[in-house]
Amino acid sequence: MISQFSRYLDSDEFVVTCEIGPPKGTNTEPMEHHIDLLRDRVHAINVTDHQGSVMRLSSIAGALAVKEREAEPILQMTCRDRNRLALQADLLFAHSRGLSNVLCLTGDAVVVGDHAEAKDVFDLDSVQLLELIETMESGRDAAGGKLNGGVQFCRGAVVTPGADPLEPQLIKYEMKVEAGAEFFQTQAVFDLDSFSSFMDKVRQYEVKVLAGILVLTSYRMARFVHNNLPGIRVPEPLLQEMKAAPKGEGLSTGMNIAARTIAALREKGMCDGVHVMAINAEEAVPDILDAAGL
Amino acid sequence: MKSITKAKPLEELAGYLEPFNRIYILGCGTCATMTGTGGVDQVVQMKEHVQEMNKWVTGWLVMPTACDEMAPADMERAAGNLDYADCALAMSCAMGVHRAAESLQKPVIPALDTLFVGLEEEPGHFREVCDQCGQCVLGETAGICPLTACHKGLLNGPCGGTDGGKCEVDSDRDCAFTVIYERLKAQGRLDLMRGARSPRNYHVTLSPRRAVFNDVHDGRLP
Ligand code: SF4
Ligand code: SF4
Repeated sequence: MISQFSRYLDSDEFVVTCEIGPPKGTNTEPMEHHIDLLRDRVHAINVTDHQGSVMRLSSIAGALAVKEREAEPILQMTCRDRNRLALQADLLFAHSRGLSNVLCLTGDAVVVGDHAEAKDVFDLDSVQLLELIETMESGRDAAGGKLNGGVQFCRGAVVTPGADPLEPQLIKYEMKVEAGAEFFQTQAVFDLDSFSSFMDKVRQYEVKVLAGILVLTSYRMARFVHNNLPGIRVPEPLLQEMKAAPKGEGLSTGMNIAARTIAALREKGMCDGVHVMAINAEEAVPDILDAAGL
Repeated sequence: MKSITKAKPLEELAGYLEPFNRIYILGCGTCATMTGTGGVDQVVQMKEHVQEMNKWVTGWLVMPTACDEMAPADMERAAGNLDYADCALAMSCAMGVHRAAESLQKPVIPALDTLFVGLEEEPGHFREVCDQCGQCVLGETAGICPLTACHKGLLNGPCGGTDGGKCEVDSDRDCAFTVIYERLKAQGRLDLMRGARSPRNYHVTLSPRRAVFNDVHDGRLP
């Protein structure tokens, strides 16, 4: 069974994905509301896996909720919390319940989250997780044992186009392609020139690249992102634009920047789609897509 | 190479020593002396702290090397005062604590926390460089251990948290893969970074690990 998302990737369409975070607790209503809001506007919805190492409802539960509400989920899976047995068990479960897209991530360190004393697992890394799925698709488990009923997933990975130094990032990118990644969702892109030179280096690989779009909500956030988030630089003119936003218009300014960036990426054919990250601003996504002409 | 230790907080120690009245203090003349956690000065200081807890220090001894097989003989020479104590307070790394706990017929309380086995880079600066995994990859990683130098112990290149050559968990620390990359590049061996490494075998030797060498051994495990 080829995933619906995989078909979108193969089409000439400009692919749009976004993401939601499961709740800390069992009240899934806000998450379901976000799914309903985004369902008809995007090709798929990522469900994060304890993002920032903060404990939440599992990404599998979130991905099933997306599916139940008739949207296409991308299950995010990190290597932080599960060893290879648990990862395989969850992949079998995911497939058995019709989840067919997996984004393979290393995962943040435990110490940056809210359970800082817990054990980091990292039995596998993101490349090895991609390879593991390939092995399982061949009908075997990681130890060579035969699977009674196999799996099939459209596999994704992430990349940081603004990483410094860039070369180790490119080497890892190549490893992920070799390990079977079919698409990449990138870390947030603000600087189109530097993104374009990154794309020049990865165009040689036959995989789809969705540029990360992070929706800024205030000047403070813009500065924080610029100074603290790995591999993300917000160019000075955009910082100034956020700074100049009148009180109460931070979000709308950020939405405007996001829409312009998406439109420019699409117009220039720089990548195959976008992945919109609107943390705590999910409601803004439909308007951003409207403004971007999508 | 040193076993790196750190003094336990006195309040924590007071809790462990609560049931005992007569305390004998053991120090170590090797690692714990060099790290200033269990040498003569610290043992003498500890004597005062213990006395302030209203305990009687029956004596103290700084053994040349607390983990050494000669340590029991050193302790035997201290016999009288050590025999008289209810417990021994060991200001050595956990290896020394083990040695003492095996040879003394009384409780041994560690006064230090054992942190890691460290390489001294400049006087007083130690760094953990090897996790003792049992399957060394240093030959292909320019002599930098990714299992140890990378916070997540990754094998296949930097995670998304690397930034400006630093690690996501502490911007004062180098990202292992930037250092590996730079060294391999300088050696013209960057190809070693390409091609994925297989998942690590966590059970190269069964834990708890042990080794038996013959009298005249050839350096290989039997
Ligand atoms: S790979 Fe790392 S942990 Fe393993 S033996 Fe070599 S240096 Fe030590
Ligand atoms: S930033 Fe580098 S050293 Fe730190 S966890 Fe990531 S890969 Fe490892």
